[in-house]
Amino acid sequence: MLNHWMSTIRVAFAALKTNRVRSALTMLGIVIGVAAVIATVAVGTGASQRVQAQIASIGSNMIILIPGSLTSSGMQLGTGTVTTLTRSDARELSEQCADIKDAAPAVRGAASVIYEGNNWGTTILGTTPAYLRIRDIAIAQGEALSEQDVEKASKVALLGSTVVEKLYGGADPIGTIVRIKQVPFIVQGVLASKGQSAGGQDQDDIVLLPITSAKQKVLGFKSANADAVDAILIQARSGDQLDAAQEEARALLRQRHHLLPDEEDDFSMRNLEEILKAQVTSSRIMSLMLAAVASVSLLVGGIGIMNIMLVSVRERTREIGLRQAVGAKTRDILLQFLVEATTLSIFGGIVGIMTGIATSVIISHFAGWQTVISPAAVLLAVVFSALVGIGFGFYPARKAAYLDPIEALRFE
Amino acid sequence: MTPLIDVRHLSKTYSLGEVEVHALSDVTITISRGSFVAVMGPSGSGKSTFMNIIGCLDRPTSGSYFLDGVSVESMERDELAEIRNRKIGFVFQNFNLLARVTALENAKLPLLYADNVIRDADARAAKALAAVGLEGQLQNMPSQLSGGQQQRVAIARAIVNEPQIILADEPTGALDTKTSREIMTIFRDLNQTRSITVIVVTHSDEVAAYADRIIYFRDGRLVNGEAAVPMPVVLDQAAKR
Repeated sequence: MLNHWMSTIRVAFAALKTNRVRSALTMLGIVIGVAAVIATVAVGTGASQRVQAQIASIGSNMIILIPGSLTSSGMQLGTGTVTTLTRSDARELSEQCADIKDAAPAVRGAASVIYEGNNWGTTILGTTPAYLRIRDIAIAQGEALSEQDVEKASKVALLGSTVVEKLYGGADPIGTIVRIKQVPFIVQGVLASKGQSAGGQDQDDIVLLPITSAKQKVLGFKSANADAVDAILIQARSGDQLDAAQEEARALLRQRHHLLPDEEDDFSMRNLEEILKAQVTSSRIMSLMLAAVASVSLLVGGIGIMNIMLVSVRERTREIGLRQAVGAKTRDILLQFLVEATTLSIFGGIVGIMTGIATSVIISHFAGWQTVISPAAVLLAVVFSALVGIGFGFYPARKAAYLDPIEALRFE
Repeated sequence: MTPLIDVRHLSKTYSLGEVEVHALSDVTITISRGSFVAVMGPSGSGKSTFMNIIGCLDRPTSGSYFLDGVSVESMERDELAEIRNRKIGFVFQNFNLLARVTALENAKLPLLYADNVIRDADARAAKALAAVGLEGQLQNMPSQLSGGQQQRVAIARAIVNEPQIILADEPTGALDTKTSREIMTIFRDLNQTRSITVIVVTHSDEVAAYADRIIYFRDGRLVNGEAAVPMPVVLDQAAKR
């Protein structure tokens, strides 16, 4: 039987070798199809992995509260232009809401940070220790902020790794003094790197200060509401409690802000994770659609194989008749042509995989997109191209197998 | 002993549209083991149809055919293929060799389709080629061989399975006189030394002269089929046409 298989395969190879150019062109359809599927899936997988990494970097189960409503009297107002959220809101949120684990108020602004001769313009974020917990920011070096730092408005700073790199160029920043708006701050710690945010921002280009010090000494505060903050980050106890936490926060804030039932919220809530998850879903759908389009070319390639196999069967009618005369059964002829079609498609598939991998490498090199070749996609491509060969080879093979030997032998 | 081929009231009818063509009508004949038979007759006389049915390539419309005591007239496609593989060797006018493979591979072809695995297929094919005088050309491609040599390869392919019958359809039709004689000599030797029954379709009296029995077809019927016909009678009939 093995002998039989080997000889069947040899016959198929010999037949394909006789018509090199034709075989190569036939394979091209499959090559392009498989390569396109592999490359699009690689790009799609890369994109969704990037977004997933970003989700991990913003912190889990997090909702951002921003002062100002999204819409007011039908007009959309810029959020963050009014100051309705306060530090005490943040405190009450974390203390009163059962589903909220932590709440961190934050103020932000921009300023130059000066260390000896170097200065670097960066984002100043004033906040509380809860921020580090919610955002899951580790301290790479030195110490984190403490509640006392916030209470006493200590002049201490935590630097992001980009800032350290720009100002210190390798020297140890811990214990040194940086000046922000002429105010000296002791560098207490360095934040572990978080990389790029979903929006492409460098999340390490930042200086964290106690919220009190930031407001009083760096960003300047409006006497109208010394307690106002730019945002409150809240973290639900779990992913399942996210919605509950959001509703509790809304209820509490409406009550604290004395809003009547028919008044709109004077704050807005954003669940970044949900937005990003939607992005993952949409990028997945996008890449699936692209792969579906690409697989149409696999189908076209399959039809090419069928076409060539029909030509091949016709050309070799006499040979088929002879094989039948010397005892080839229906199954033997069927197998021979199926092997031939499958050989074409599997070879095309293998070349297609290599082309697809090369294409994704080129794409990620030149376009700068992250691409991920998944073994599942490669396996799928091989299986699919084999199926294309068997599927589209079956009709011609069957046609060959059921030729009338007398007619076939007489065929000119 | 049962005759090797026992055909009774064999008919074959083709319908071409509304017209029915009687390719064979009521043919009854037995051919015994070890005989050498020449089949003659003008084109369209039914001899090709007869050979196709004898060779299990075709099935009769009616009548019975016992090959080696087994009724084969109503066998399935694949059963017939197996009978052809085991009991019959074919030789064609145009050789019908596979152009892309060597003489050895060509001679080996029937062994590939045998039901049991044949481990010494190469050796058997080489032996068959040696029997027709081609021991030196095992690895030659058909294009590197002369017409006579190609027909020898075809004969080697026909005998590699040690069949009981060789069916040769105008085996010398594409060959010159000298080569024709060589080929016919091979058939005669195979017939005499291995007791293989040889049935040859031919238009040539010289080829027919190698046979020990001649059967003659005309209009789908057998003429003087049952007796071993003395040569002059046949020649007379041929002359009368």
